[in-house]
Amino acid sequence: MSGDQNAPPGSTRRRAIQYFLGGGILATFASFLYPVLRYIVPPPVADLGVNEVIAGKVGDLKPNTGAIFRFGSSPGLLILTSDGAYQALSATCTHLGCTVQYRGDLHEVWCPCHNGIYGIDGRNISGPPPKPLQAYDVHLRGDEIVVTLKREA
Amino acid sequence: MATLLNNFRLLHAVRTLGLAGTIAFVACLGYGQTANSCLDCHSALPDPMGVTQEKFSQDIHAQKGLTCTSCHGGDASSYDPSVAMGAKAGFKGKIDRRQVPQLCAGCHSNPTYMKQYDPGLRTDQLDQYHTSMHGKRLAAGDSKVAVCIDCHSVHDIRPPSDPRSTVNPVNIATTCSRCHSDAAYMKPYGIPTDQFANYETSVHYHALMVNGDLSAPTCTTCHGNHGAVPPGVDKVQNVCANCHVFQAQMYDKSTHFKAFQSLGLPGCVVCHSNHAIHQPSDAMLGTGTQGVCMRCHQPGDKCDRARAAIQSDLMQLDGAITHADQTLSVAESSGMDVSEARLAQTQARDELIKARVTIHTYQEALVDQDVQAGLKIAAKDEQAGKDAMVERNQRRIGLGICLIAIAIMLVGLWLFIRKIER
Amino acid sequence: MISTIYRWLDERLHLDDLIAPFRHKTVPVHRLTYWYFFGGITLFLFGVQVITGILLLLYYNAGANEAFESVQYIMTKVRYGWLIRSIHSWSANLMILTAFLHMFSVLFLKAYRKPRELTWVSGMLLLFLVMGFGFSGYLLPWNTLAFFATKVGTAMVGQIPLVGQPMMIFLRGGPQVTGATLIRFFGFHVAVLPGLVVVLIAIHLFLVQRLGMSVPPKIEAEWVENPSARRDMKFFPNFMLREMMAWYVAVGVLGALAAIFPWNLGVKADPFGSAPAGIKPEWYFLFMFQTLKLIPSKVWFVDGEVLGVLGCGLVALLWLLLPFFESEQPSRPKRWITGLAIFALMYVTGMSIYGYLAK
Repeated sequence: MSGDQNAPPGSTRRRAIQYFLGGGILATFASFLYPVLRYIVPPPVADLGVNEVIAGKVGDLKPNTGAIFRFGSSPGLLILTSDGAYQALSATCTHLGCTVQYRGDLHEVWCPCHNGIYGIDGRNISGPPPKPLQAYDVHLRGDEIVVTLKREA
Repeated sequence: MATLLNNFRLLHAVRTLGLAGTIAFVACLGYGQTANSCLDCHSALPDPMGVTQEKFSQDIHAQKGLTCTSCHGGDASSYDPSVAMGAKAGFKGKIDRRQVPQLCAGCHSNPTYMKQYDPGLRTDQLDQYHTSMHGKRLAAGDSKVAVCIDCHSVHDIRPPSDPRSTVNPVNIATTCSRCHSDAAYMKPYGIPTDQFANYETSVHYHALMVNGDLSAPTCTTCHGNHGAVPPGVDKVQNVCANCHVFQAQMYDKSTHFKAFQSLGLPGCVVCHSNHAIHQPSDAMLGTGTQGVCMRCHQPGDKCDRARAAIQSDLMQLDGAITHADQTLSVAESSGMDVSEARLAQTQARDELIKARVTIHTYQEALVDQDVQAGLKIAAKDEQAGKDAMVERNQRRIGLGICLIAIAIMLVGLWLFIRKIER
Repeated sequence: MISTIYRWLDERLHLDDLIAPFRHKTVPVHRLTYWYFFGGITLFLFGVQVITGILLLLYYNAGANEAFESVQYIMTKVRYGWLIRSIHSWSANLMILTAFLHMFSVLFLKAYRKPRELTWVSGMLLLFLVMGFGFSGYLLPWNTLAFFATKVGTAMVGQIPLVGQPMMIFLRGGPQVTGATLIRFFGFHVAVLPGLVVVLIAIHLFLVQRLGMSVPPKIEAEWVENPSARRDMKFFPNFMLREMMAWYVAVGVLGALAAIFPWNLGVKADPFGSAPAGIKPEWYFLFMFQTLKLIPSKVWFVDGEVLGVLGCGLVALLWLLLPFFESEQPSRPKRWITGLAIFALMYVTGMSIYGYLAK
């Protein structure tokens, strides 16, 4: 990098400056541009936000069963009723936060921790839960089941 | 004769006027709106005869339009004591304790009557009461036991939903303990008086009084209110099963169920106590002071070995979760985002809770199933934390490269400046 | 290759005439020359903000339901998103710091005197706008701290008599801080303020170029006595190269801060939650915040907060017009402005530290 000893000192210095300056410019711009270029390429996981989540595909669920899916940072419960309608609820029990499940034998949503029971619409029916489960909107997009927050009036 | 009658009437009138005058004077001082001669007089009297308008206005019966005469009889419109408190008006005076249930039930057990106030109210309280320990003993002549007014108070009876009511969930235990924690009062009955003290140390008390969870059990939840009686030794687990469904289902199918039944032991209470129900810990599976298994089982036998295996299994999962939490915290404090792993940690903790519930099958293999599921999740989260640290180090290396590039640039600039300024 | 391009352009645009003033621009060299860097550094950091800001715009989503999650997405999923966002946040703070240092250096070096009064005015307006950038940008991640800081800050605007309430409603997009406030602040932050700032920067730079660099009076006096002691440096390339070194150092500092102390995400704002205890604004507002806290709730018959807000406004106005209080003869600087400057510096620094340490 510092040049060979036999060349006159002036040209050594000039070469040194060239290396440092040229190399510096190249290196710094590369190290600035590289992250920016990678940044502007969209990541593989497109963020739909916490407003909308794809909970599954049509055919994943059998009638009168339920499944847990991830909605934002908390669990949700997707139910396919015996009539063929989809219902999506928050799966966090309003009593002490356990994850609820759908009971096909009772046609109700049940919390195993302290026997709390909710209706399919999320209403707290019996047991400790003080509030209903938050209900979400469900739409079908092609064969995807899309769950969104309820539109505020 | 007429003069005598006149005189008598005059005397009577003067006496009445005098009394009325005093009472009217007192009434003017008081806040009574409706003419209620009972309250007007009795509000000025000291205890135990005293009932103020202020106190009685809190009473649900007063708010519904009932008044003193509804229970005590008499005539509230008259200020003449011989009329107001006369036998002609059906005055009953102070109701004897032993008559109280019958008196209250006069309305409260009449569905037709109660319907006009609240169709949803139960009307079987008296029937229930007759099945209770209190009711049975009262029928046998013991007037020390609780009757309606001991729990519900009197003259300021509030509906149970009112937080100031003596029978609101947050106050029930205190109400029961007024007698049941009084050692001197309870001496003739030979039953313990430490229930309330024990209950105060329990997790249910904490949930109710500290966390404000009104669904948490208090005395009446397990013992009943009007039909209060300790659950039979063989029926205790039915009571607990109302909330703790899974544990009860597992227990009923387990070896312990038949064993305890045949020994006449009270199910859940054997390990968890009845009133002093503490937050269970893995130490209950141990051999220390909190250990419950070794109270019956022999060291070295099959059950002891199963117990030890279950305990070590659970402690392994608990340790793995805690360790993953720590790794994630270190990554977080270095500025890395580990929110997904944190979310997964709640799942791991759910598995641990599930495993602890499965203890009630007393089968190591079943507990192990849940533990393994939890360990898998905890291991993944631990890995996520480690990956975050690796990425953090990579960032620092990237930074180092960049700083070196900048340093080279600075040297180059400095040399160039020196050159052109020679 | 550069000379080829230059000649091609010069044939068509006669660049020589345009560049001539820059070729001749000089910077006086004396023991306080280094303070001249701060304006350029502030400009450079503004450039960094524009670039990183535009990059953030590729992924940011303004709206109460999406904002926090989009910033979280940038920090976790977008490649080098953490770097761009952290640089943007750190550079914002650094820029405000260098802007203040630039202002105080101009004050102490007395570069605001005639004929540079308009430069000072445009610079002060730029400082206000830059603090507006800080205030509006702070809300955009929609976390708890930002939400409540905005609530407190806009409430203070509402204290101004007569016009305060309408101003507050205009800022908030309604009587309360809501998603509408967020969208409005986003509009201010990426469109309104940049537009105003670019115009003011153009004016400010034009004035600086036209009027040349000022020399502090004491040094001016020395040079009048001893003309041969006067030294000047060519702006281009000598001063420019040194400035570039400073810029590179700034980049290095920003990169290190972003990598070692990435900017916090916080917790998503809950408008119905309660304000966290001891809520404070960002450090550059601390001196005002602490001053307002110290004013008693009632002074005479006037409400303390109203007095405080009006007082701050008055001080800002007077500070804006500072050069016009200086006497006509630039060779006889009034001592009192230097004294005032020292007091202001100590007050701002002291109050900021006090505000930081107070509960």
